[in-house]
Amino acid sequence: MASVGIGGSDGTVAVRGNRRPVARYGLRFVALGYLLVLLAAPVAMVFYRAFQHGLGPIWSALTTGEARSAIEVTLIVAISAVVLNTIFGVGTALLLVRRRFPGRHLLDVLVDIPQAVSPIVVGLALILVYGKFGFFGSWIERNGIKIIFSLPGMVLATAFVSLPLVVRSVAPVLAELGDEQEQAARTLGASSWQTFRRITLPSIRDALAYGIVLSLARSLGEYGAVTVVSGHVIGKTLTLTLFIDERLQNFDEPAAYSAAVLLAIIAMGSLLISRRFRARSRSVV
Amino acid sequence: MSIQVRHVTKRFAQFTALDDVSVDIPTGSLTALLGPSGSGKSTLLRVIAGLDTADAGTVSIEGSDATHLPPQRREVGFVFQHYAPFKHMTVYDNIAFGLTVRKAGKAETKSKVNELLELVHLEKFQTRYPAQLSGGQRQRMALARALAVQPRVLLLDEPFGALDAQVRKELRTWLRRLHDEMHVTTVIVTHDQEEAMEVADEIVVLYDGRVQQVGHPNDVYGHPANDWVMSFLGPVTHFGSLLVRPHDLDLAHEASDGALPATVVRVTRLGFQTVVDLDMHGGQIYAQLAREATDRLTLEPGTLVYVRHARGEVLPAAPAIPVPVGVPAAGFEEDLS
Repeated sequence: MASVGIGGSDGTVAVRGNRRPVARYGLRFVALGYLLVLLAAPVAMVFYRAFQHGLGPIWSALTTGEARSAIEVTLIVAISAVVLNTIFGVGTALLLVRRRFPGRHLLDVLVDIPQAVSPIVVGLALILVYGKFGFFGSWIERNGIKIIFSLPGMVLATAFVSLPLVVRSVAPVLAELGDEQEQAARTLGASSWQTFRRITLPSIRDALAYGIVLSLARSLGEYGAVTVVSGHVIGKTLTLTLFIDERLQNFDEPAAYSAAVLLAIIAMGSLLISRRFRARSRSVV
Repeated sequence: MSIQVRHVTKRFAQFTALDDVSVDIPTGSLTALLGPSGSGKSTLLRVIAGLDTADAGTVSIEGSDATHLPPQRREVGFVFQHYAPFKHMTVYDNIAFGLTVRKAGKAETKSKVNELLELVHLEKFQTRYPAQLSGGQRQRMALARALAVQPRVLLLDEPFGALDAQVRKELRTWLRRLHDEMHVTTVIVTHDQEEAMEVADEIVVLYDGRVQQVGHPNDVYGHPANDWVMSFLGPVTHFGSLLVRPHDLDLAHEASDGALPATVVRVTRLGFQTVVDLDMHGGQIYAQLAREATDRLTLEPGTLVYVRHARGEVLPAAPAIPVPVGVPAAGFEEDLS
């Protein structure tokens, strides 16, 4: 072997040299085939079906009153959920990393629950608490506030589902950062708020942006939890995902595929953006 | 007195970092808190700065009680061991930070920061980020940042600990000169007795969470309060039942009053001085002699000599405390760091 380099590169070369070509290409074929069957083909089909008759049908399918309402509802719900989770997420991450208090480990576990519990269970749970016959429901109803089968409930459900994403992107960066810079700011006369805004926030900026983009992507695509609490009022409480489902049920495939393509494009866009932030947040630390 | 610490106790879970510590730090002085790691010296500094709160006792700064003041209201400058630079800010913004959070005017900030940049010789580096600086430059930036808010006291935690030997020596001398010009009350924490003796007007020796001795460098070296201080501040060796400095021992071929017989084990010449390892009644001791003395004596392994304690301080050796007898202080310090 020609390379007299460092151990790592040497090792790689050796492994490659020992492996038979059949095994090498076989592995690649399996990996790529798996991705093709599972991911590329279905996504490509959705795009193909949507663009089958050019841009015109897509445009008209996405500009009907119902579609526009679905886009609007999706944005309102997703953005509200992301705002809630950003504030809560940064606060919780600070609490988990910087403070020692009884129940800290419990909080740490609780934060991950939304990832383990099926979204549909989340929706049902929200109905049990805030629904008409729920725990707070009757009190809420008497005060003229509607949560279930309206936007507030959908925001709650979406926020619940995407809750861990900001916390889990920010917390490790905070831990890695340590609190010396914050302490230094304090000795220089900065208040808690000044320290947070001028020292902590700029230091976690990229990690936070990564968490926000992830949350946004998750919120835009949420279906399970939202479907339970939305009530499916067409033109009022349908998000894009619910709209796609509703259109499919009514055999309006062009509208369904158009909306699906719109969601897919937004999701892939966020993914691309998030990769940039993730790379930066890692290189900074 | 600039800083008065009274009966301060601080515990971390089971560990008592500070045990009823009282210290006075005179205005305008440069004081070193000296001790091995775990002695409580850094904790004491953090309690003075308000970064840790004492479980008991009081701290007052310039006559006013600061025990319950948060760090941002104590008007202390604190330089962290690893400098804690604000990584996302330039050198200029780092130094200006304390002024900006105080909402100082633009022109005032600018002139103050420029003045400090000049003081710490970083004028050319003001637009750089901390990651682009060397260790010594980062340290000077941290110092300028702490000085910008005109603190009543300047606290430095192991200020030279993370630097290589050459830079450390330079900065040490520079810090001492800076202090002589500015006269701001300064406290430095160090585990290096040589550093403490070179830089400080006064040394507070800490061990096991307690103050062992306070005094001028010459006093703590020449008149140590106990075995522990004596062996921490400089080399020690046994002489009979006594603890003495090896450079205070004289050797001769003839017996004399108070001299004890010993056999030469090894002679090591280290430039200007010679270290003679001796066997005295089966115990290993050593003496440090000037070069001429060794030349006069012609010492070989196996030579019988008489050892006399010629000058300097003597303490009865108490075997209860683990004293690093026979180990030069420099080596001892390395073990602790």
